[in-house]
Amino acid sequence: MEKKNYTISIYTENNIGLLSRIAAIFLKRHFNIESITASKSEVNEVMRFIIVVEITEEQVKKIIGQIEKQIEVIRAYYHTDEELIFQETALYKVNSAEFVEDLTIQDFIKETNARIVTVTPKFFVIEKTGKRHEIDNLYDKLKPYGLMQFVRSGKIAVSKNEMPISSILEDFNTININS
Amino acid sequence: MEVKTAKKEKIIKQAPTTVSGAEAVIKCLLEEGIDTIYGYPGGAIMPVYDELYKYQDKLHHVLTRHEQGATHAAQGYARVTGKVGVCIATSGPGATNLVTGIADAQIDSTPMVCITGQVGSHLLGSDAFQETDIVGISTPVTKWNYQVTKAEEIPEVLAKAFYIARSGRPGPVLIDITKDAQFASLEFNYKKCTGIRSYKPFPKVNLSEIERAADLINSAKKPMIVFGQGVILGGAEALLQQVVEKAGIPSAWTILGLSAMATDHPLNVGMVGMHGNYGPNVLTNDCDVLIAIGMRFDDRVTGNLEHYAKQAKVIHFEIDPAEIDKNVKAEVAVLGDVKETLQLLLGFLKSKNHDAWHQKFKDLYKIEYDKIINNELNGKEGKLGMAEVIDEINTSSKGDAIIVSDVGQHQMVACRYAKFNKTRSNVTSGGLGTMGFALPAAIGAKMGMPEREVVAIIGDGGYQMTIQELGTIFQTKVPVKIVVLNNGFLGMVRQWQQMFFDKRYASTELINPDFVAIAKGYFIKAKKVTERSELKDAIKEMMDSPEAYFLEVKVEQEENVFPMIPTGASVSDIRLE
Repeated sequence: MEKKNYTISIYTENNIGLLSRIAAIFLKRHFNIESITASKSEVNEVMRFIIVVEITEEQVKKIIGQIEKQIEVIRAYYHTDEELIFQETALYKVNSAEFVEDLTIQDFIKETNARIVTVTPKFFVIEKTGKRHEIDNLYDKLKPYGLMQFVRSGKIAVSKNEMPISSILEDFNTININS
Repeated sequence: MEVKTAKKEKIIKQAPTTVSGAEAVIKCLLEEGIDTIYGYPGGAIMPVYDELYKYQDKLHHVLTRHEQGATHAAQGYARVTGKVGVCIATSGPGATNLVTGIADAQIDSTPMVCITGQVGSHLLGSDAFQETDIVGISTPVTKWNYQVTKAEEIPEVLAKAFYIARSGRPGPVLIDITKDAQFASLEFNYKKCTGIRSYKPFPKVNLSEIERAADLINSAKKPMIVFGQGVILGGAEALLQQVVEKAGIPSAWTILGLSAMATDHPLNVGMVGMHGNYGPNVLTNDCDVLIAIGMRFDDRVTGNLEHYAKQAKVIHFEIDPAEIDKNVKAEVAVLGDVKETLQLLLGFLKSKNHDAWHQKFKDLYKIEYDKIINNELNGKEGKLGMAEVIDEINTSSKGDAIIVSDVGQHQMVACRYAKFNKTRSNVTSGGLGTMGFALPAAIGAKMGMPEREVVAIIGDGGYQMTIQELGTIFQTKVPVKIVVLNNGFLGMVRQWQQMFFDKRYASTELINPDFVAIAKGYFIKAKKVTERSELKDAIKEMMDSPEAYFLEVKVEQEENVFPMIPTGASVSDIRLE
């Protein structure tokens, strides 16, 4: 079966230690996490992890099962890139001296919808939000200008399909009250 | 979000009392109906032990000789009673010594709550004396774990711990409590946990899957059942028997399913897996419908998955959704507690018999009997064999004893030959294969079921891994019967070395001490048997003893366990020699 980038979205309770519990599931199966983000979600007090892994669909299904088994995980989903709207953000810190003289690179930045965040006599900080390859292109472009620092966020994504966490939580509450 | 609280209002309000965190721990255990716990004291858990001193008439604490012993004893207790086993340890080494038992409980789905002391919360992360990150260490091997740093969290967290440990697919939970949280006081008010919003222990049963399963079973020509521990955990033994008898299906068991159905039931066709019986292994690759009930298709059961039951339609009755399609693809997956799903299934099943198909199992048993079993049971020459010892115990127990086995050759022989009439009678370390499990597990089993005979069958290797628990037996006077089958080798490893490593016996020969003298050193009655002629009387003497008894049996050094499915081979390529 073909390996692919899968984006796993995990809705959880806000609990210390859950990150390591989830990471351990990947570690146990020797799967490398390509990127990971954690933030609050659209539901009050519910966290959302977004983890990108390159594995087969069979593997991702099994890993979803293991993740959902964790007590404080509300629901986990997996998606391919086609099923998502997703972005990454990167910051590039470049040497002002090299940069300020060169109008072509300044034009390039405008064309790619990158943004200059900070300007100082010593360095510029440029921000780019977009797809991985766009961020990589800008990286290649800026590298010759004395790239002093570079950092890229993990993938953040929303799915085209609904992920009805609020109603799942309501179901949980009803089940628990009735049981 | 609007939540109905009808249930909560029903709970009678108790007047809260101010207690210390340590006392709250004990009160929580009592609220959960716990009467026996296993543990070992130390600095960071001393406040809890101080409270145990006050509550010793209500809560029996068993001091084991090592924290690993405490976990296995708690497991033994849990396995025979179905209740949650509890153990307590201090921080640092005390906590890390629990890890093997926790991992064992996790893979064998045993309900257990472990409580560990932790350094004071102001010292967390400072590499304080006996500080270890036990929450981090135990995360991959616990169903849930949590660190308590405030006394007022204790009742709710422990209520949750017990609920999680016992509900759904059971498992171990570890609660780490900082020393300051044990000393601080709280208003104690206990509410049993009845639900956690992100946790659904019992998946909703889908009736249409049950009907599909019933249709497949009703139209099957060569159906076969393989049942596992899920039947025992769900308390569905009687239902299983009704299903088996109504549909007339030959039924085999996994090592942890053993004793869920009487061993002499006519439709019980023996054990599947690496050292299981010939018939059920071979016919796994001949059946047309394979009905898996409360089992998880461990690699020791399936052999090579590429050649496992490929011709069969698989029906999987399972409580844990993560087990569905994990190793073997199910044609029909029936999620739910087997107690619920088998009951529903029964209503759809047609009365059938499959005598011709069943005969195939009998024919293959005959081959196995002639080639292996007869020789092992009725060997009249040479050194004693392990099977003869188990058989003699059967004669004496009439199948009513709880058999606790360790790990290795003797374990396979014990499971192959032991007779069981009652459920929850086979206690062994299946998934993890933990040598050293049996002696402490037998202590817990006997304390859990004091009215039943408990016999531990242990190899000379595993015995020495937790031999210090003889001290616990001596101190508590728990009347367990201990049989060490001494072949002077780590027998299973030696067998593999013989078969697959050209007899290069690397570090498998054991030069053993005088086991009888050691037992006697602990004031435990002890005897050693070397001759066949002495066996019967020695077993009888052991079984008749009202006190603990140790029996060493010198057995053939280089006996091999057959049948055997070599690693990587198909179940139907099981070898008889």
